Amino acid sequence: MMSRIFFTACAVICLAVAATADQMKLAVTTSFHNSGLADVLIPEIKKDLDLEVQLLVVGTGQAIRLGAAGDVDAILVHSKNSEETFVAEGNATQRTEIMFNDFVLIGPSSDPVGISKAETVVGAVAKIAKNKALFVSRGDDSGTHKKELALWSLANIGASDRDIAWYKEVGAGMGAALNTASGLNAYIISDRASWLKFGNKGDLKLLYAGDTLLFNQYAYLPVNQAKHDHVNSEQAEVLGNWLVSDRAKNLINGYKLLGEQLFQFNGSQ
Amino acid sequence: MNEILEGLRQAAYLIFSLDRDLMEISLMSLRVTLTAVAAASLIGLPLGCWMAVRRFRYRRFVIATLNALMGLPPVVVGLIVYLMLSRSGPFGVFGLLFTPTSMIIAQVIILTPLVASIAHQAIRELWAEYHDLLISVNTSRNQRIATLLWDGRRALLTASLAGFGRGIGEVGAIMIVGGNIDHATRVLTTAIALETGKGNFSLALALGFILIGLAVLVNLIIHSLSKTEVSGRW
Amino acid sequence: MVEPPILPLIVKNASVRRGRKVLIGPVTLTLAPTGLTVIMGPNGAGKSTLLRLLHGMERVSGGSIHWQVSEPEARKRQSFVFQTPIMMRRKAIDNVAYPLLVHGVDRRLARQKAIDWLDRVGLSDSADKQAPVLSGGERQKLALARALIRDPDILFLDEPCANLDGRATRELEDLVLAAYENGTRIVMATHDIGQARRLARDVLFIYRGKVHEAALAPLFFSDPQTREARAFVRGDIVE
Repeated sequence: MMSRIFFTACAVICLAVAATADQMKLAVTTSFHNSGLADVLIPEIKKDLDLEVQLLVVGTGQAIRLGAAGDVDAILVHSKNSEETFVAEGNATQRTEIMFNDFVLIGPSSDPVGISKAETVVGAVAKIAKNKALFVSRGDDSGTHKKELALWSLANIGASDRDIAWYKEVGAGMGAALNTASGLNAYIISDRASWLKFGNKGDLKLLYAGDTLLFNQYAYLPVNQAKHDHVNSEQAEVLGNWLVSDRAKNLINGYKLLGEQLFQFNGSQ
Repeated sequence: MNEILEGLRQAAYLIFSLDRDLMEISLMSLRVTLTAVAAASLIGLPLGCWMAVRRFRYRRFVIATLNALMGLPPVVVGLIVYLMLSRSGPFGVFGLLFTPTSMIIAQVIILTPLVASIAHQAIRELWAEYHDLLISVNTSRNQRIATLLWDGRRALLTASLAGFGRGIGEVGAIMIVGGNIDHATRVLTTAIALETGKGNFSLALALGFILIGLAVLVNLIIHSLSKTEVSGRW
Repeated sequence: MVEPPILPLIVKNASVRRGRKVLIGPVTLTLAPTGLTVIMGPNGAGKSTLLRLLHGMERVSGGSIHWQVSEPEARKRQSFVFQTPIMMRRKAIDNVAYPLLVHGVDRRLARQKAIDWLDRVGLSDSADKQAPVLSGGERQKLALARALIRDPDILFLDEPCANLDGRATRELEDLVLAAYENGTRIVMATHDIGQARRLARDVLFIYRGKVHEAALAPLFFSDPQTREARAFVRGDIVE
């Protein structure tokens, strides 16, 4: 009798474990999630791989922290420097580029400082700073935020030049930051996908795009099993392979919003 | 104003069409908070009662601490629970992070001081009323506690319902420890935060109205079950 | 089975102190097994404190209080009626039955007895009403029923009619006398001289925390010995 109970218990536990084997946790940034691409990919992944990907939508900083702590099985972010550090610290064995899009400059439709006429993005942000036009910054160490800081740096506008009268750091995700910009009718840098999908545009318009500096690369990093042996690296690898497959390529390139393609696939097997 | 009306309309639509996602997150909200309230009550009600009748040396200090804990920001609790349950943390091996269980744990920590504090206050008043009688009739300590808990049950129910109110609307802690994972740990409040962040204000408002409606419904059910407010009853 | 009597109660030099202030004492007296003692005196004299001391609700700061049986045993066979009746937030019948349930009496039997006592105090119609909504007089009668339901050896009453109207007072006095005639030892505090005259078999006159006089009632009222007692019996204000 006891042995029967014992084996039943084992079977139940194995089943429970087996059930979780087809699940994995993926931390993604708000910029990626807000595009709506995840809502397309997740069901397809379930169909193709019988894999349930649980998305944790957090800021880049938190995603990296979760990956380093081993609380997720993989991360998908868009901050190359942070990613390379992540790999260097042994948290992942590699970074895999998946797709890219671009950042855009958003602002009030009247464009008071005329950034839409700027020749370069550096010139555009310089105009904003020079005229002390209201500007909302992510202020949260995210990929978008780091790109923004890089642009200020190229325009030789230091932290002391960005004073509180016009430069508003919100320390929040892309959507929340856009909400604030909408409310203040301020300028803001956003990734294109988040902007297109954003539901509270108010008086804001896309004013500047196209500079190569605004290139926005997304990469996939599975957490290193050597560091955290409990992570589901088997499934993480399967997902990683899928994300650079032709199937993913078609889905990603085919994802359009209002007739516009949001991401360009650039993964390689 | 437009958004509010639109929100009401969307709320009605979601409810009447029995939207599956709505059902899912509503049930998860109820599951997390009701479980947490039950646990918090199991700990907090007897604790509050015990503190009310017992004389002990550091009573004032304990009460002050309890009241202070009520003011603890839920986000902070969430962060601490996250660090405890993280794989890199002391209890990571249980794999509780990003599950409803972790959300319940966080809410129990947040709600217990509230429930205990209100219970303590209510029982203390009742104890002051009954004190001489219970002593005179020669009750034992356990009999006193049992009598106070029973006669004070309506006030204790209020304590639990206050806990429910606080829990059902909480978002900071459960966002961190639950992760707001779609179809797994998403609840009404985290969904509202998500939709707000996407700028979908009407939907966020709709969910908000549904949340309020749910809270009112639960309160009504509890009150009618316990037959409070029926005339002449205490 | 007949239990050993808890009376007489022997009190020797007992006092109650709060901080440096002496609330009452030193008091020396003996409560005989039968009798109806009225503790009299102006407000603030210490009547309540003395009653509570005798009942064990105040800790004695000096001297001794001695029942004929052990203290825990004695506690079980006393009852107390407070000046403001303490009504539990329950039905009248549940209030009356409470002391029985506390001492382990079977529920059904307790209920029976409670109904019986409600009848005796004239509250049968109010059995299922919530006790706190009863009138002042009804509440005090309920408290008395509750105090007598376990057939105590001794019943203490602390100015039970202080907040009642004339009719309720009379009803309550009749009930107290009935209990006395039934063999219950009564010790009652009052500042109402008329009530004392009506009920007392013997009197303890308290003034400023001390027992000034102790005498049989007829003797006390006809010929009080001390100045304060004389003033009190006359109806003067005694400070």
